[in-house]
Amino acid sequence: MSKANEAQVGGARVKRGMAEMLKGGVIMDVVNVEQAKIAEDAGAVAVMALERVPADIRAQGGVSRMSDPDMIEKIQAAVSIPVMAKVRIGHFAEAQILQTLNVDYIDESEVLTPADYEHHIDKWNFTIPFVCGATNLGEALRRINEGAAMIRSKGEAGTGDVSNATTHMRKIGSEIRRLTSMREDELYVAAKELQAPYALVKEVAETGKLPVVLFTAGGIATPADAAMMMQLGADGVFIGSGIFKSGDAAKRAAACVKATTFYTDAKVVADASRGLGEAMVGINVADIPVPHRLAERGW
Amino acid sequence: MNVGVLALQGDFREHIIALGECGVTGKLVKTESDIRNIEALIIPGGESTTISKLASAFGLSELISNRIADGMPTYGSCAGMILVAKSIIDPASDQETFGGIDMEVRRNAFGRQTESFELDLDFKSISGAPIRGVFIRAPWVESHGPGVEVLSNVEISGVTHPVAVRQGRVLATAFHPELTGDNRVHRYFLEEVCKK
Repeated sequence: MSKANEAQVGGARVKRGMAEMLKGGVIMDVVNVEQAKIAEDAGAVAVMALERVPADIRAQGGVSRMSDPDMIEKIQAAVSIPVMAKVRIGHFAEAQILQTLNVDYIDESEVLTPADYEHHIDKWNFTIPFVCGATNLGEALRRINEGAAMIRSKGEAGTGDVSNATTHMRKIGSEIRRLTSMREDELYVAAKELQAPYALVKEVAETGKLPVVLFTAGGIATPADAAMMMQLGADGVFIGSGIFKSGDAAKRAAACVKATTFYTDAKVVADASRGLGEAMVGINVADIPVPHRLAERGW
Repeated sequence: MNVGVLALQGDFREHIIALGECGVTGKLVKTESDIRNIEALIIPGGESTTISKLASAFGLSELISNRIADGMPTYGSCAGMILVAKSIIDPASDQETFGGIDMEVRRNAFGRQTESFELDLDFKSISGAPIRGVFIRAPWVESHGPGVEVLSNVEISGVTHPVAVRQGRVLATAFHPELTGDNRVHRYFLEEVCKK
């Protein structure tokens, strides 16, 4: 008989494996219990509990921090799907707090105001798995080296403009494809150029993919956006402001879930796109001054 | 044999890889016609609420239920175990199962992600080294009928919980052999459950 007290918790396999179970799904930002239930009913694979969606953080400005534990616990009590929450880049004490709350995944997120402009959190020190943002392969591999068990392309959060998500997914994909075509003795220089550990660079060159699940995020607002990201190689989709800043959130949420599963079937995506009401209004990334672009945060 | 892996959501590609290592080319299935044309089905790990909502939104639930009831060999891991159960103790709102095994399961029975774990398991009918069980927000079997054979158990504070069960041509595990590179559970499904 196998006894549970002999079990190993917090290993890389259960952390990365948790993200494997989210693949092909949509993770939705929610700010209260009501939204969390709508997300679960629509078929979300997880919810991200936060006090303000990125569009409001952007509009209201100020320092943005980890959410109130009371708010996170209310959402945990209301739904049975996994609950994620965000901490500021480098803020390991916020992460320690979320670990005691037993959230299912921590997002060390550029959407919040960074707490450390040099170091990210040493994520190996935690039982709880982390997802981190990346705009390119080198950044993704640096996060994985620090212990991230899942990567999401950053896009530009809170805009409803999918163009940066596209740029980041294409960039990560093309850099992976480039590594797979290299001679082994060229990988040393590739690692130097990517500013990433050689062992991880070599692993990507051999397998043709990241060692962890790759989701996409930042600006996804429609079923078509989700289908496009999946076709560009995302394993799944985060939708932040795109759902609850739109007209009919429940309908749009369910439509994005369908489009993420049937991303190669344009007829299903077309049907899912009908009669969704007003999409989030959005901001063009090009109109946002560079210092206010969230994707630039993280190093 | 024509084995399908339900590809609505979850780690379906890992099951395709495991099947491939057993010499079987699995097929990703997600439409009615896909499901009509397979001889056996694997329901992968994932989020059971999402998989069941998508199955019902696209009219697949009844078809899958009927095919399992008609004797199609089926294997469910984790979320898949929940979906082949007769009932769920704490279902999310309107969550349905396909049925197949006369058992009641408890979702997230071992706790949240911080409690997810790995453990060596004895697995009846599989000899040699123990099976490395990877449990991720895993369910367990709370109760089952007399026709259900328990293949593996985990003991917590003196209480035994079945984590691998079989009834006729339906197999279910609370853990994820598809994440370990050890394909003996898949081989058992193909060689024992499907053939008999």
